[in-house]
Amino acid sequence: MSDTPSATAELKLPKDIAAEKGLVNVQIDGSWYQFPKGTRMIEACRQVKVDVPYYCYHPKLTVPGNCRMCLVQMGMPPRPAPGQEPSRDESGYEPIGWMPRPAISCANTVAENMGIRTTGELVEKCREGVMEFLLINHPLDCPICDQAGECRLQEQSVGYGRGVSRFVDMKVKKPKNVDIGPRIRLDDERCIMCSRCIRFMDEVASDPVLGFTQRGTHTTLSVHPGRLLDSNYSLNTADICPVGALTSNDFRFQMRVWFLKETPSIDVNCGTGTNIIVHTRGNTIHRITPRQNNAVNSTWMPDSHRLNFHYIDSDSRLTEPLTLSNGKHTSITWQTAYQHAADQLRKFMPAQIAIIGSARMTNEELILLKTLRQTLSVPHLSLVPRLADPDQLLIAADRNPNTTGAQLILDTTDPYASLGTIRSAIQNNQIKALLVFGEDLITDAGFTHGELSNLDFLLQTHLLANPTANHAHLVLPGAAFAEKRGSMVNLSGRLQRLNRAVEPPLNAKDDWEIIRDLISAISGDTAKIFLIEDVFKHISATIPAFANLTLSKIGHQGTVIAETAYKIPLLENERARIASGVING
Amino acid sequence: MPVLIDLAIIITKIIAFTFLVVLPLVPLSVYFERRFSAIIQDRVGPNRVGIPLTLLGFKKDFHLWGLIQPIADGLKLFLKEDFTPAHVRKTFYWLAPALTVVPALITVCVIPFGPEITLFGRTEKLVIADIDIGPLFIFAISSLTVYGITLAGWSSNSKFPFIGGVRSTAQMISYEICLGLSVIPVLLYFGDLNLNNIVRQQAENGWLLLPFWKNGSLALPSLQTALFLIPAFIAFLIFTISIFAETNRMPFDLPECETELVGGYHTEYSSMKFAMFFMGEYAAMVIGSALIITLFLGGWSAGFGLDQYISNFAIGDFKFGGFIHLGIFLTKLLAFILFFILVRWTVPRFRYDQLMKLGWVIFFEAALINVFLAALIIAAPELTAAILIVGLILLAIVTAAVIWVAKISEPPAKVLRA
Amino acid sequence: MSTIKLTRPKLDAGEKIYFGALIKGFFLTLSHAVTSLRGKSIGAKGLNSTGLGVTMQYPETKWDDHMPEYYRGAPALVTDEQGRERCVSCQLCEFICPPKAIKIIPAEIPSDDRWAKVEKRPLAFDIDMIRCIYCGMCEEVCPEQAIYLRKDYAITGLTRADMVHDKKKLYEIGGVRIGLVNKWNELK
Repeated sequence: MSDTPSATAELKLPKDIAAEKGLVNVQIDGSWYQFPKGTRMIEACRQVKVDVPYYCYHPKLTVPGNCRMCLVQMGMPPRPAPGQEPSRDESGYEPIGWMPRPAISCANTVAENMGIRTTGELVEKCREGVMEFLLINHPLDCPICDQAGECRLQEQSVGYGRGVSRFVDMKVKKPKNVDIGPRIRLDDERCIMCSRCIRFMDEVASDPVLGFTQRGTHTTLSVHPGRLLDSNYSLNTADICPVGALTSNDFRFQMRVWFLKETPSIDVNCGTGTNIIVHTRGNTIHRITPRQNNAVNSTWMPDSHRLNFHYIDSDSRLTEPLTLSNGKHTSITWQTAYQHAADQLRKFMPAQIAIIGSARMTNEELILLKTLRQTLSVPHLSLVPRLADPDQLLIAADRNPNTTGAQLILDTTDPYASLGTIRSAIQNNQIKALLVFGEDLITDAGFTHGELSNLDFLLQTHLLANPTANHAHLVLPGAAFAEKRGSMVNLSGRLQRLNRAVEPPLNAKDDWEIIRDLISAISGDTAKIFLIEDVFKHISATIPAFANLTLSKIGHQGTVIAETAYKIPLLENERARIASGVING
Repeated sequence: MPVLIDLAIIITKIIAFTFLVVLPLVPLSVYFERRFSAIIQDRVGPNRVGIPLTLLGFKKDFHLWGLIQPIADGLKLFLKEDFTPAHVRKTFYWLAPALTVVPALITVCVIPFGPEITLFGRTEKLVIADIDIGPLFIFAISSLTVYGITLAGWSSNSKFPFIGGVRSTAQMISYEICLGLSVIPVLLYFGDLNLNNIVRQQAENGWLLLPFWKNGSLALPSLQTALFLIPAFIAFLIFTISIFAETNRMPFDLPECETELVGGYHTEYSSMKFAMFFMGEYAAMVIGSALIITLFLGGWSAGFGLDQYISNFAIGDFKFGGFIHLGIFLTKLLAFILFFILVRWTVPRFRYDQLMKLGWVIFFEAALINVFLAALIIAAPELTAAILIVGLILLAIVTAAVIWVAKISEPPAKVLRA
Repeated sequence: MSTIKLTRPKLDAGEKIYFGALIKGFFLTLSHAVTSLRGKSIGAKGLNSTGLGVTMQYPETKWDDHMPEYYRGAPALVTDEQGRERCVSCQLCEFICPPKAIKIIPAEIPSDDRWAKVEKRPLAFDIDMIRCIYCGMCEEVCPEQAIYLRKDYAITGLTRADMVHDKKKLYEIGGVRIGLVNKWNELK
């Protein structure tokens, strides 16, 4: 290097270099970093992996700054006297004058040449003091509390607390086990007044029913008189509650969190494709929580979707292939079931057969369905639409999770189009054999018992015992969303992955395997696909939108593969709030 | 008719010696092994299995010091599931246990259990086959045992048995040479290969290792006999240790050492097939002890010039002294088996290279030199002094050369890191 | 890591021949056997030996009077002086149990119960005594002082199901434990 360029570089101060990019220089624990203007100090620390404890702060919510746990030591360069040039060190930074009092890092934004210390005696003393105050009235019922194991108070008490309580007076008694809503239980003694739940209900769910009453140590979280915390997003308050004050009635006392295995997956209850974590122990799902994906669901999820998993464990699950003989279903082996299906289907002309699939199927299942259609040369293939009112937050009108995927895979703009045709053809006796995958025609598609009994051969794959299965000559047990791997495309065109959290019960099988084996039974060829990855390879080779992708390349946050006009309302709200600087996001 | 009587006598002898003397010795030595091991280790050992009198309404069982334990063990092994793994080579897998137990039992036929008994005017030797190639026969037959073990290791078609089998083969072949060579001085001394005659000689002239009587009275040995004690003792050491190696006993039980090979060559065996390996092993131990006693420790001889006296015990026509000798023989045998067990709990297991070195570098050469030494001593009265001296000098040079070669061929001591 | 260099000890001719040590070893082993036969083994008295060596002849002789204070037998649940079950089914013992012998199904205490304020209790509490290794981790980890290792050691049963101690059996073994017990830390 010659001297000339470095000499010119020396003229440029770090603050100018940063300013060119719209950034500011911040020293955190002795190292200099650059952050955009308006970044909160706590966010800055988090971005460079410096640990700052906090309770009330939430990146998606406004900042009240009331827990005081995120206290750090802050410093700014001393203001020079008029006419005096600030002194600089050899790197061009001004010396930092540290403030004698700590500042909360959540409510302050970074500034040029700012210094942040997250360690040191002052900060540690402050944290210890805050912890001690928080624990004054906090009951010691961790063995009972559901939050134990994922409790911020527990973790930070270990990390920053004193270990021994000096408090000798009686603790303030507050209401315990309060029924504040259909899905949420409140324990006021455990509350540390972080107000996250209040802000969430106000800012995100737009249903401000929570608030504080009383003052001082008697401050109590309560629900508005005459109201209940019955919003469809109420369970998110249990998620964001840093302690065990708000707990889910559904999960309450079911299982300690340290036993739970977490599997990242996606929700299949609507077209939004909310990212979730499935918590399992053994082969049982114990709860589902939202997983952060700023392009899909932020960090939230509706209660109705979250709690819709109990059917997976229910007694009405189909666990064996069933065949209808003399009006009764008897269980048979998979081998006989496939053979039976193939034998039956050979009796019909292709025009007499129709396939009804489901937009709840994964892309992999859909492409195999397409192959099945080609194998049988069936003219009619339709999926079942599922529409309901949207909620202007996360729940979309289209309650099928993979409509976009079906459009791409089946190469049609309306995969539901021919359902009516099929129905009328059944009524006219033109279609005598029907293959139904993952749908209950009577409940979900409005078919009548008469229409179905019109058929000579009805094959259904489904999870649960259902009215359609009563007419089915062959019922094949499939796998629930938490029991299979695969991919789906949500309404905004994002390809996302489902992961297997639990095994299908008894003899139930992954749906793609059922379709694959059906195809090979019908065509007589031995199946050459053994892995779901291979099915996806087939998709990426045949469908342009999926080109150059593999299941593992999708990633946990998904990949956008299609442009759609759909906007998720909740995300639109959030973006507006970020733009206005209310939250950091 | 006499032929039929002879045949009946032979069959009686076979049944009596094999199934009433040697085979019961197997469970008995197992019992002794367990009890003596326990005592050495401050334990009790099996002391419960006895006569279950409580089943018959009595108040207490009679435990019989646990002597019934081997029967219970055997019964258990009989009743266990005889499992043949799917991956084995069936024919050889089934053949192997038989190949270990049968040779061990065949060798019984040349062991002299006693001199003779006279009944109804007939004199019968207490040996199944009084043949003139005793030791050779035993070596020939007992070395067939290695086939059983090798086949077991190979046909099990699994790693540990295979390693055990290979180890066993190498070990047995190595030590058979020492075994054969070490016994030559003894045979030279007695000038006979008939084991019964060897024992008789010892009864009259003193045991090979204890030659302190002659013709029925205590006497100091002659100079030649005294000198021969040296090669005899060397031969005894090598022979005994080689028998340990041949029977896969501690400290040479590398083919089946649990810590390395699970069960060695019989890992894949269960039930009675496993029991047959077990039996074969203990039978080999019994036969080995019997051979050592016969060759070096006077066999059935009571010693101290008492043999003639014992032999003449009679009730009328029935000269039963042979049975007393049989008892003496069995006592010596059990004592030697106890010695086997004592060795087991005293000497730690050898490393495989140490085992091979001991066999090939030390015992093989020592046995060879010993043969020449013994020959020199035996031939001494007929040689001139000059030849004797030259012979001794040559022997000394050869010994020194062997020791020197062994020493320089030894790799330098390694620096151990801890 | 430090390296210590060791050289093999230099052996003289007698030691190299090995027989001396061997014979010494024989005598050592034999003398041990003789001591054992005479019933004078070291520690025989302390171990309540009856007969050879140091072995106690069970079941004629039993451990019971030799059991030390800290003996760890079967784990059991205890109630407090008011008959309240101390266990709140926090499942820490289930978590810590090395052989996974403990299985708890937690449940909420119904509101009409006397102890409804406690909120949580085990609906089922099974300890598989075939699996239990008597390590005492459950006792150590229990925040409610609800599980203790008692001195019962002869846990037998004819079936696997027999060997699973359910909640009833555990309280039967455990009985009542009055007051807080200074388990490990004398200060607490």
